[in-house]
Amino acid sequence: MNKVARYAVQVLLYVAFGAAIGYFSSRPAFEVMPSDQALVRLSFSHGAKPIAPCRERTEEELAKLAPNMRVKLDCPRERTPVKVEIEMDGKPLYEIVAAPAGIRRDGASTVYRRLPVAAGKHTFKARLSDSPDGKFGYTAEEVVDLAPGRVLLIDFNAGQGGFLFRR
Amino acid sequence: MDARPLRPPKTAAARLVERVDAAFDWPFGGRANPLRHLGALGFHLFWILLASGIYLYFAFDATATGAYRSIDELSQTPAGALARGLHRYASDAFVLVIALHVLREWLLGRFTGARWFPWVTGVALIGLVYASGIGGYWLVWDALAQFSLTATAEWLDRLPLFGLTLVRNFLDAGQMSDRFYSLLLFLHIGIPLALLAGMWLHIQRVARADVTPSRALALGTLATLAVLAFVDPALSQAPADVATAPSRLPLDWWLLFVHPLMYRTSPAALWAAVAGFAALTLALPWLVRAPRPAVARVSPENCNGCGRCFVDCPFGAVVLGPRTDAKRAPAQARVIAELCVACGICAGACPSSTPFRSIAELVTGIDMPQRPLAVVRDELERALAGLSGGPRIVLFGCDHAAEVRRFARADTGAVSLLCAGQLPPSFVEYALRGGADGVLVAGCERDGCRYRLGDAWTAERLGGRREPHLRASVPAERVRTAWTASAAGLERELEAFRASLAALRARPAARALPPRRLGGATTEGMVTR
Repeated sequence: MNKVARYAVQVLLYVAFGAAIGYFSSRPAFEVMPSDQALVRLSFSHGAKPIAPCRERTEEELAKLAPNMRVKLDCPRERTPVKVEIEMDGKPLYEIVAAPAGIRRDGASTVYRRLPVAAGKHTFKARLSDSPDGKFGYTAEEVVDLAPGRVLLIDFNAGQGGFLFRR
Repeated sequence: MDARPLRPPKTAAARLVERVDAAFDWPFGGRANPLRHLGALGFHLFWILLASGIYLYFAFDATATGAYRSIDELSQTPAGALARGLHRYASDAFVLVIALHVLREWLLGRFTGARWFPWVTGVALIGLVYASGIGGYWLVWDALAQFSLTATAEWLDRLPLFGLTLVRNFLDAGQMSDRFYSLLLFLHIGIPLALLAGMWLHIQRVARADVTPSRALALGTLATLAVLAFVDPALSQAPADVATAPSRLPLDWWLLFVHPLMYRTSPAALWAAVAGFAALTLALPWLVRAPRPAVARVSPENCNGCGRCFVDCPFGAVVLGPRTDAKRAPAQARVIAELCVACGICAGACPSSTPFRSIAELVTGIDMPQRPLAVVRDELERALAGLSGGPRIVLFGCDHAAEVRRFARADTGAVSLLCAGQLPPSFVEYALRGGADGVLVAGCERDGCRYRLGDAWTAERLGGRREPHLRASVPAERVRTAWTASAAGLERELEAFRASLAALRARPAARALPPRRLGGATTEGMVTR
């Protein structure tokens, strides 16, 4: 009888072990975002213009340099931080000033942001400034109908004309 | 004699672990108690993962378009469903077993002193376990894989090394390539192999590591996971689609809880939590100041290099090396102080650790300064001299099990040891010849010895299966062992032994050994020197 009881408890403990493993292997479900929302992802990598214009070195400055370094134009390596502003339906949705990468701040500025928004039809305006004067050299506007659970990717590629709205 | 304490007092956490272990001992028995073999269970689950993984590998199409389809097709067959279910649930069970293993070792204080190495190597493996498990989910390339891969990229991008560029690989459907899938497969094979190498390293400073669970435990675990694989099959979610973001996902919380944690806080917060946990746990052996016990000492003139201490040491702390004296013997034992946990099992293994030696002070080939066998012999002789009344019992007990000194009374002498394995079998015969009617050797629960092998070695020595062994001439009915950590359990064993010895005395044909001359002038039942 004692042996039967021990085996019964063993079985119960194995069942409890299996139940715990099985349950938490897929439950409870995780709510990534509310079911009435869509997702906007802002993601790009862009190398901005130099932080200051190039200038010509004077003869005195050239003379001080080693012969192999005597280049007339002196262009700073550091790039301008990239400023991005996103509006949705006339209201600010997101803005950031992204510093250039690298120790000498001469790399590309990279931006990534997840922006859950209410599903539905929205007008998105995007502006980007990559010059030292702070003027927004790139703008775009797009009307997007986002169903619940859909993703709108706002990318930027200067070579392809600027902002790209992908869905 | 070293005056440092024999052992630190048992903590409340250790007592809690013992109670839980004891509760599981009743249905499972010591050998099949999962809580006493968590490390072995971990290895067992790894082999299940390896076998099921190999099966899945042959069916897996490591391409961007074929991955989802191939796994889905495999899941439609009974063998494929079993393999996939075993693979998923074994990985979840692996996480649970590892967590319990770490928790148990922490609560028992098994991370200080010489045990820092298995602790540090074990904690470092946790990262590889999660990398292996999470990487496996990516191979399916369903909605859950997409969510996990993107979340992981967002987390890694928080480091300056990546600079927000990693996640951009998973935002555009056109960027998912076959080469990338080959990389994911490579990671999911390479990281578990590194894990296996780490597991090998983890057991290097432990002799005869417990890496194989008993057949009952192994089959019970495998059967549970197999039944689970059929009752709740592991299935894929909808195919990954970078243009959609599911609002709800069935999440494997054992492995993927880090993603909700990150989204509820931030990638930086998750890095801080992971780094903090890693730093704290890795530094634990040096943060907690436990008294360092005196390590074993070799007496070269009493050591003939037989190697039994070397064979029996559970932590590989005794090695054989060239002699340091002119004695004509092949080798000499040497103690590696950093590895010695001061259990005394080596002293119990030494053939010169016999109390029958007539020298005034018993010096053995290898001994413990805080509890030399000379002192143990003196205590034994005093206990024997004081025995009177009913069946006279000598109780040898381990300091980490039930406290034996509580059981000393007129008819019961109690002698405490660092570990049951410290007891040379000849001491049992010495006690019987010295007037005891019976000898009870008590220690931790079977498979629960604080020093891993004390219970096993003692049982084998007393059973004549391990050198040095109890001589066959010693009547077996007068020697008993009791493996229990609880005082109540030892009390029951003692009473049962008393009853059986009383029955022996009642039988005229069965006589106790007459008190023998132990050295110097004696009177019956007493020893003087």
